[in-house]
Amino acid sequence: MAMMTFKIHRFNPDDERRGRYVQEYQVDVRKGMTILDCLNEIKWKQDGTLTFRRSCRSGICGSCAMWVNGMNRLACETQAATLGSNRIEIRPMPGYPVVKDLAVSLDPLVRGLMAVKPWLIANGPPPTDQERLQSPEEREKLLGLYECILCGACTSSCPSFWADGDYIGPHAFLKAYRFVADSRDDGAKAHLDACDDKHGLWRCHTIFNCVEACPKDLNPTKAISELKKELVRRKIG
Amino acid sequence: MDPETIHDVEGVGVHYVHRHDVIVVGAGLAGMRAAVEASAEFDVAVISKVFPTRSHSGAAQGGIAASLANEEEDHWEWHMFDTVKGSDYLGDQDAIEILVKEAPVVVREFEHMGSPFSRTPEGRIAQRKFGGHTKDFGRGGPVLRACYAVDRTGHALLHTLYEHCMKNGVRFYPEFYATELIIRDGVCRGIVAWDVINGGVHVFHAKAVMFGTGGYGKVFKITSNALANTGDGLSLVLRAGLPLEDMEFVQFHPTGLYLQGILVSEAARGEGGYLINDTGERFMERYAPDKLELAPRDLVSRSIQTEINEGRGIGGEAYVHLDLTHLGAEKIMRQLPQIHELAWKFLHVDCTKEPIPIQPTAHYSMGGIPTDKDARVLLDGKETPVTGFFAGGECACVSVHGGNRLGTNSLLEASLFGRRAGKSMVRFLRETREFPELPADAARVSIAEIDRVLSADGDQRVSDLREELQERMTRDCGIFRNAEKLEAMMADLVSLEKRFARIRIDDRSRRFNYDLLEAIELGHMLEFSELIVAGALKRQESRGAHSRVDFPKRDDEKWLKHTLAWKTGGEVRFDYKPVVITRFQPKERTY
Repeated sequence: MAMMTFKIHRFNPDDERRGRYVQEYQVDVRKGMTILDCLNEIKWKQDGTLTFRRSCRSGICGSCAMWVNGMNRLACETQAATLGSNRIEIRPMPGYPVVKDLAVSLDPLVRGLMAVKPWLIANGPPPTDQERLQSPEEREKLLGLYECILCGACTSSCPSFWADGDYIGPHAFLKAYRFVADSRDDGAKAHLDACDDKHGLWRCHTIFNCVEACPKDLNPTKAISELKKELVRRKIG
Repeated sequence: MDPETIHDVEGVGVHYVHRHDVIVVGAGLAGMRAAVEASAEFDVAVISKVFPTRSHSGAAQGGIAASLANEEEDHWEWHMFDTVKGSDYLGDQDAIEILVKEAPVVVREFEHMGSPFSRTPEGRIAQRKFGGHTKDFGRGGPVLRACYAVDRTGHALLHTLYEHCMKNGVRFYPEFYATELIIRDGVCRGIVAWDVINGGVHVFHAKAVMFGTGGYGKVFKITSNALANTGDGLSLVLRAGLPLEDMEFVQFHPTGLYLQGILVSEAARGEGGYLINDTGERFMERYAPDKLELAPRDLVSRSIQTEINEGRGIGGEAYVHLDLTHLGAEKIMRQLPQIHELAWKFLHVDCTKEPIPIQPTAHYSMGGIPTDKDARVLLDGKETPVTGFFAGGECACVSVHGGNRLGTNSLLEASLFGRRAGKSMVRFLRETREFPELPADAARVSIAEIDRVLSADGDQRVSDLREELQERMTRDCGIFRNAEKLEAMMADLVSLEKRFARIRIDDRSRRFNYDLLEAIELGHMLEFSELIVAGALKRQESRGAHSRVDFPKRDDEKWLKHTLAWKTGGEVRFDYKPVVITRFQPKERTY
């Protein structure tokens, strides 16, 4: 179809002399090829040292989130031809420490997640021999909250995270609200207290980058504002 | 790293030895369900070559089976009959009975942990239809048995387990790649793993080890599986001198996105989707007049492949259409949003307006590491358990799926036998105070393998060999098999193994070196592929997903038995064991 140029930002911690640099590759992009297909072609046919994470290649595992032509995206579900350019620039997701080439450390992601007690907190034991009831309307409230794949694209694109590496992060707030909004969860106080931190909610300046970055079309900013409202309500009400 | 879990060990040749009561390898549904169970009482660590929520269980879409009878009448006996029949009578009925009886408990526990199941108007867990699941011992129509979270069931369950592991303080070692299973004198003593991010060989010394290492779809070209699904756990078990069971049974899912192989959930047919060929015919009417698109997967896959082989693929190409348009956009977006997203992103097809091009795709391995009903791995494949070694999920063979797995029984099997593995390990650990002795040469094989690959300087590219393996396995050991093709495949494997000895890799560094990992993975794939092919060549019958055109009939007299295969000194050795039959006598399988 078309020969495309891939400008890839590279870094190998074992090669101090070289530091960070940009390397160009040419790929003959056939119809239907995704960015991940192109990266695999480079790795498998041209340069085995090129390093990036990948796994499910169907947009559900979140491994291959990376910065492609100005935006964090999942490489596996981004068709090269849809980017509207024959020059494609690829960098590791911003904000996270780079491990090697396009692979970043996921430690900040996990740290933020752990901070909000990301599990269902229920008072008392569940009913024996049956599920807890939850109406379809109550279940509806989880729509747009439980689908997060923890790819990290949102937090990486957030200026608050760039300014404060300990910022809990939109991915974690989305998760916190996923439980606060769940009719089965009795732990709202625990989740909210965790978000009400100096590295927490109040550092969100409603810039909406997370919303734009999310490959699953989720809305962490909305979750954050719901959490803020709930906290304010608790504080003054 | 916690300093207290790290010791410099002279003579072992490694820098790090970690000690935990339990080491789970694999962070999918089986591994993490076991970890949740055992961590209530013991110190549990989970090692995974991908970050936990990247495990392939998360890609499962349609549902998890349980006869909850929330939507309509259902009974575990019906579920059992369907599973036995679906297995083409190769499933062990004692294990299947456990699977179907405990299913409601396992599903409700997920709900109790917070899984976001879709709901009925009464607030109960909603259920949908799936292939091969029927009412009244096959005499009724399809039954609403699959519990689901829209079409993201695997994702919902996987994340729930990750959350509960965090809650229980399970120690994760993400991106550690298991390279060796330490079994000496029938006692499992731990594993060896490579730290993918930082480089370095680590020994994990444990009282109990559990494998939930998943399947091996990546030996095929068209597959629904993740790139990580290279079946490493299986050859680690083989290398430890243990057998594998029923490796010739590989399931091809009927509906993979054309050329991509990416899964289009059976839920699409469960919700009412049709399969259409080039002449516009709903061709399943000819193959399974009663169950149509909701016949079991082996049958639907063969039907589609037959249509393609006989020139009735769309425009003569190697695909047929999955038509959802009659369901209406509202239902599609409510019940099958992920399928809509996948079809759009990968094929630019809007399935509310046009049919989806699909072809069968390698999906699931019914065979694997032989285990008993308590998820204990069997040293001889038959009766004697390895002390301290457990397995569950797709890498294991209990065998509840026999020759063919029903849709939604996979999430069920992984979580249920993961849970049983957890309970087994707790019982085992209550009686086991001491760590087994760690052999001084524990990591010798791993260190040698990594050194060899890192310095490999031959003339063969790993990716070329892998592509050849995948293409040939799809062509010669795919949906339809015969002696001629399988023999050719055996010869191909021998030559691929020879060329594998002459590989080179580009990346010589130790940190985050996927070039190294992909080479080791290929070694594993070549190793156990021989068992798939040799087993398929041996089994001169057609049963479940194993379809021999030169032996089209099922042959209970000769082949109502499980294959056990070892690989010693490069040679494959076979043995067999009987199928456990309790309630349902084998009879002809028609739909």
